[in-house]
Amino acid sequence: MNNDKPLLEIKDLKTYFYVKAGTVKAVDGVDLSLNSGLKLGLVGESGSGKTTIALSLMRMIKPPGTVEGQIWLDGTELVKLSEEAMREMRLSQLSYMPQGAMNSLNPVARVEAQIMDGMIDHGVPMNKNELKDRVTQLLETVELTAKVGRMYPHELSGGMKRRVCLAIAISLRPKLLIADEPTSALDVVIQRQVMETITALVNDLNLSMILIGHDMGLMAQSVDRLAVMYAGKMFEVGNMRDLFAKPMNPYTRVLIDSLPVLGNRGVFKGIPGTPPSLINRPSGCPFHDRCPERIGAICDEKMPELLEVEPGRWVFCHLYQGA
Amino acid sequence: MTQLIELRDVTKVFGGGIGKKDVTVALDHMTFTLPQDFPHIVTIAGESGSGKTTLMMLLLGFYEPSAGEVLFEGKNIWKLNKEQTIEFRRSVQAIFQDPFAVYNPFYKVDNLLSIPIKNFKIANSKEEARELMSTALRRVGLRPEETLGRFPHQLSGGQRQRIAVARALILKPKLLIADEPVSMVDASLRAVILRQIKDLNQDLKIPVLYITHDLTTAYHASEYIIVLYRGAVMEAGGVETVIRSPKHPYTQLLVNSIPWPDPNQLWGQAVEAARGIGTRQNLGCRFASRCPHVMDKCLETPPPLYEVDRTHVASCYLFESGSTMADPDIGTLFAKEKMPA
Repeated sequence: MNNDKPLLEIKDLKTYFYVKAGTVKAVDGVDLSLNSGLKLGLVGESGSGKTTIALSLMRMIKPPGTVEGQIWLDGTELVKLSEEAMREMRLSQLSYMPQGAMNSLNPVARVEAQIMDGMIDHGVPMNKNELKDRVTQLLETVELTAKVGRMYPHELSGGMKRRVCLAIAISLRPKLLIADEPTSALDVVIQRQVMETITALVNDLNLSMILIGHDMGLMAQSVDRLAVMYAGKMFEVGNMRDLFAKPMNPYTRVLIDSLPVLGNRGVFKGIPGTPPSLINRPSGCPFHDRCPERIGAICDEKMPELLEVEPGRWVFCHLYQGA
Repeated sequence: MTQLIELRDVTKVFGGGIGKKDVTVALDHMTFTLPQDFPHIVTIAGESGSGKTTLMMLLLGFYEPSAGEVLFEGKNIWKLNKEQTIEFRRSVQAIFQDPFAVYNPFYKVDNLLSIPIKNFKIANSKEEARELMSTALRRVGLRPEETLGRFPHQLSGGQRQRIAVARALILKPKLLIADEPVSMVDASLRAVILRQIKDLNQDLKIPVLYITHDLTTAYHASEYIIVLYRGAVMEAGGVETVIRSPKHPYTQLLVNSIPWPDPNQLWGQAVEAARGIGTRQNLGCRFASRCPHVMDKCLETPPPLYEVDRTHVASCYLFESGSTMADPDIGTLFAKEKMPA
């Protein structure tokens, strides 16, 4: 399962939106790499830039947004790729399961037509019957019956729609699957079932996955690596278990502390304050005004860097910059 | 002592119009009372389709029960006179799930706070109304000068949900019903909003019904829990006992599906058998088609609520050895915990 060569390497990714009020720095110089066959969880509050990273990877950022930096996927650089070449890459090399699967299916097309669409567009050499067989096979891999192919999205439950989106996303066996909150608004039991299907598939097909979400519980259950974002910056990256056992960035610490666990009933620990504006960024570390471990003036004035403090463990904080 | 709110053998059925055979029983013979002096948070938990929102709509008087009665301070809420209706509307307040949908995007957020003040004639002057609004906002941790005069789109989901809490607060309700108040709010803010609801419950000494499918927040926020499945009570009791040692196979499935944020506490394998969607059946236990412990008699008659111990009941034949609950009212169960054995 482990492979040393990174499948995905993001270098100094900057996704800015130029709007009337100023420049929104949604993703502001992010570095990230992911080895093949691993599952990475990307967590952060709303507005921290998780989905913007996913959309930048898919090259789906539209003006007034711009993407700068480098994104290497298995030897190909995506940012500079031509529109046509990128179109070829999508779905076949990397695919995206958007947030809110309930709204991403076409309400007036049958499920099978929507699964075939991508395959036909990518010129899969199959005739109609072979395509139909492939659809049936895909539906079965996501634990749906073949009957679902003839249905319309409104006939499906929330969990089934997520599964259809998953079937579309893996139809061309991409190397990287980006799942953006695949289980938001599902009940706990269904959430677990959908998540188990996704993880089983990713393992069977030996895909790499980026799982985006803000539910740390779900991350603890499903990923190998964890990346914590705050206000467009990557705050901490490491192995999921190490990160839970020993969070190093103060933001990760308060985030993990705020989670409800079994025991200590009735104790609520929130994170006081609100995230900073992405237009008029305060100087220094974006978390300095909410940080319980602020060292001093350096935090207010100087932006820390994301440094590797232990093998495979990257932390963005002045507490670790001296070492 | 009069009860604050009382559901007396309430059933709510949807569908079944002329020529239609299919009816959906959203809530089935539910009896539940909340005494006047009961400053606790009670969770109503269940999946979609369990009837938890139907229960809320019945309590708020938005749905009329198909059978049975909903009583507020001893009076049927569908037979109140005008003054009593106003009193009922003021006394029972709700916080809804979607912090985006409760606002009219064309009006400033002040509207949400000033309209109830006007309608219930709480303030005598504009200044007094303004003062009430400011106090309520400060109570929920918002700065009035930064909040009033703004439009909904200028505020975050968490801020909007807190304004909704402030709105309920202005009316000094006797009962607060919160329907998934934090499901659309960021994880880091959930704790803050739940703590505010809990503080309100403690300061104003009012009961809160917390409707949710999220057992992690239920565990931390509430004292008692009622687990619903397809319109019927599966299990009820103190939240600590029910979540720590669930008895009903359905509750076990729910508790086992909680993604605890701890890599050493992974989803158990124990409930593999309880997967699937389950089919609707008219006879026997509603959970039988998904239950790993299903027995013949489960398919014949629905099990009554058996006492697992003094303050904990489960509707399952596995606990047949215990006596059945004498009073069908779930509320008496919670009151018992306070009394000596």
